[in-house]
Amino acid sequence: MVESADSPLQRLRQNQSLQRLLGLVMGVAFGVFLQLGGVTSYDVIIGQLLLYDFTVVKVMLSAVAVGMVGVYLLVHLGLASLAIKPGSIGTTVLGGIIFGCGFAVLGYCPGTVAGAVGSGALDALFGGVTGILIGAGIFAELYPRLDASVLQRGKIPDMTIPELVGVRPRAVIVPMIILIIAILYGIEYLGL
Amino acid sequence: MDWTPYLAGLGIGILSWFTFLLSARPLGCSTAYARTSGMIERAIRGDSVLEKPYYRKFVPQIDWEWMLVLGIVIGAFITAIVRGEFALIWVPSTFEGAFGSSSLLRLAVALVGGVLMGLGARWAGGCTSGHGISGTLQLAIASWIAVVIFFVSGIIVAFLLYGVIAPW
Repeated sequence: MVESADSPLQRLRQNQSLQRLLGLVMGVAFGVFLQLGGVTSYDVIIGQLLLYDFTVVKVMLSAVAVGMVGVYLLVHLGLASLAIKPGSIGTTVLGGIIFGCGFAVLGYCPGTVAGAVGSGALDALFGGVTGILIGAGIFAELYPRLDASVLQRGKIPDMTIPELVGVRPRAVIVPMIILIIAILYGIEYLGL
Repeated sequence: MDWTPYLAGLGIGILSWFTFLLSARPLGCSTAYARTSGMIERAIRGDSVLEKPYYRKFVPQIDWEWMLVLGIVIGAFITAIVRGEFALIWVPSTFEGAFGSSSLLRLAVALVGGVLMGLGARWAGGCTSGHGISGTLQLAIASWIAVVIFFVSGIIVAFLLYGVIAPW
């Protein structure tokens, strides 16, 4: 069932202007779901980081469970390929620590800050978006030096958990989904 | 029990099927900011900016992901209006409760947080969407490590801000 290079799906993926339109449409949907879920709010995100409001975890874990099943099914059918991000201790861990500091101080992330702007949060627009643009610009400036020093340190294999363990994806997906449901059930049971 | 967070998660999960199927891409947001930053820098300093190694990797131009982030603003705006949640605010209520109602203080804090977030997201090669949702749903090792660190670091700093700095 692997599609040929000239299939309608491939032509759609290579049509740049159509892709920009699709990006916009998918972004509108993403924005609707983020706002609906309540995660465009500073109060909800800070509530998660202060561990008294688990809305962010509920949205993320249910998205991951639903997404995982469909995306792996598409891959199995030959209709999609995984896009695994590479990582290293120098990128993932150091960058992740800096990101976490920004997450708590800003109270939004790069996706939810855009949703917060849409819902009228002026701190998200003038503080958050401006700051993220400056931070991304600083990284672009530092990139050659960082790449030559810390970024390559301690490579993390760019593979998936099933590939690492050497099992079929379903052997990880099924327990993972059971675990996610158990965590969400626990959160609801505790009334968080 | 409130089902809306799960409905939102279900929607985002299904949306990710379509990003992989129709666009051969995972949901992600932070490279759009890097591209925009490059576009602004190019407008100020000229085409030599395009020679920067990082902007050769992430060319400063409007692409799928840039439009996705623009779409988020529109989608959230429409939903906020329809649900009567739209409100122009400078200081979120949790922040106000701990640090006071100064718009200038909130703006300064958000700006500092934004800089850290922009730097950290590009440094880590992804954000809460790219690593936190798209990477984890693909069961990528680096993304699971990234999301755990995002939250552990975020929780520690949030407790420092609200538990130590605010009362002091």
